[in-house]
Amino acid sequence: MIEIGLGHYLSLGAIIFFLGILGIFLNRKNVIVILMSIELILLAVNINLISFSIFSGDIVGQIFTMLILTIAAAEAAIGLAIILIYYRNRGSIRVEDIHGMKG
Amino acid sequence: MINNLNILLPEIFLSLSIFSILMLGVFIKKSFNIVFNLTSLILILTIAIILNNPNNEVKIFLDSFIRDSFSNYFKILILISSLFVLNSSKNFITENNLDKFEYPIIILLSILGMFFMVSSNDLILFYLGLELQSLSLYILASIDRDNLRSSESGIKYFVLSALSSGLLLYGCSLLYGFTGSTNFDLIANQLTKENVGAVFAMVFILVGLAFKISAVPFHMWTPDVYEGAPTSITNYFAVVPKVAGLALLIKFMLIPFSNILLEWQTILIFISIASMILGAVAAIVQKNIKRLLAYSSIGHIGYALAGVATGEISGYESSIIYISIYVIMNIGAFSCLYLLKKDGQYKENIFDLSGISKKHPLLAISLLIILFSMAGVPPLGGFFAKFYIFTAVLEKEMYALAIIGLLTTVISAFYYLKIIKTIYFDDSFITLEKVKNKTAKVSIFLSCSILLTFFLYPAILSNIVSSLFAN
Repeated sequence: MIEIGLGHYLSLGAIIFFLGILGIFLNRKNVIVILMSIELILLAVNINLISFSIFSGDIVGQIFTMLILTIAAAEAAIGLAIILIYYRNRGSIRVEDIHGMKG
Repeated sequence: MINNLNILLPEIFLSLSIFSILMLGVFIKKSFNIVFNLTSLILILTIAIILNNPNNEVKIFLDSFIRDSFSNYFKILILISSLFVLNSSKNFITENNLDKFEYPIIILLSILGMFFMVSSNDLILFYLGLELQSLSLYILASIDRDNLRSSESGIKYFVLSALSSGLLLYGCSLLYGFTGSTNFDLIANQLTKENVGAVFAMVFILVGLAFKISAVPFHMWTPDVYEGAPTSITNYFAVVPKVAGLALLIKFMLIPFSNILLEWQTILIFISIASMILGAVAAIVQKNIKRLLAYSSIGHIGYALAGVATGEISGYESSIIYISIYVIMNIGAFSCLYLLKKDGQYKENIFDLSGISKKHPLLAISLLIILFSMAGVPPLGGFFAKFYIFTAVLEKEMYALAIIGLLTTVISAFYYLKIIKTIYFDDSFITLEKVKNKTAKVSIFLSCSILLTFFLYPAILSNIVSSLFAN
């Protein structure tokens, strides 16, 4: 039976974090997927903070997590609004179609 | 407790007035003009409040908020520059149907975020301030919501900025884990070179900050966002968030990372060199003035970072002087764009400047002064800014950085001179419309006269800046 320690939680956090980053860079289909990847990154940070907080017995990490959750919600709301106005103007939210400006 | 509130007075005043003008905007019809004028008044009053308070160093709220002359200087710089940006762009805003009352309110909210950024002494407060600023800037970038380019710039800025916030936050979580605290002073005590995890965290935080000030290799959003967003917003983007970002970078070097400066410097030197080179080379082929100013701002940030990269107080001082003069030059340059109107439309291509010296000699001469200053021609202000940076870099014997900096100055002079050539020597004469925009003209006049007369007494600025680090 393995003892689940801080290292395991941090590895989980790191894996989710890199999945989020890969999701942003590899995704060519839909902007909504990018929004989900951003949420994934923020969740990975929360896992990190909570496990650090539990294992060091310091409550500040958990307070930080609550604030990050709030901000993630605000960010998702603003992100969806921007995607919506883009869809109204362009009629598509495919990542490949977002290339109006280059150079 | 009441004393604590006194120290927080500028922030409290700003947030309460944001709430009240929001209510005014909601309940009064066609309230843009009222809200806009009140916003200018609020900015001026906040400057007065900051100047009226003593600026000795005080830390409050469990040492998470700090008020000292360093943060006060940056707050005043932020307020003055946003005052000029807002007022000189008012005509542009109304003529392009951007006159929604939310516009000045969101700008005030982003200023509030920057206030908390520059006075934070704790990772949590720092992150909250940064996000308040970023969230407001996402909305500002896409404020022209029926315009495809504006909404595209909003989407690009949102995705990349949220990614960089995520990276920065991951760095914060590691820093908290490996040092056991979110307070900057406690982090500084815990942080040593042996603490490998914390050095790893430092890289993530630096990436996040470099993104916010658009330093290479995290600059990809800058040209697109600058081109797509309305000019008045681009002006704001080019000036105010960079001031706050640079303040944070210096703050991070001064307090939490003061023990591992060497690792931090290596990365900063790379970022600085890359920004200077890209800013000089990529701007040459640009045809759009806003895009060109985007690349030029990347280059300018490279020079400012060269000062920070020295890791010494004299270097930080030169960076602060650089960013202050950068603000003056950019306000002038963008105010010229507000006068560039032809056939009822604001023009933003370099081609539209050709031969304007014949019909509009005053505009031409002010553009000449501003562009020469950006290129660093003596005796204009921009030359002194670069001079301070290179002196600080050479004092630290970082010759490679200084040589590359001088070379890129020469390369970037090419594209500034190319615009001047277009203005003065091109055959096609463009006649612009008469624009009744007094505030933009006043901003251009002030910016040009400061740049022209800076050499008379450069010690004014450098004395103020060196007093910031007196204790």
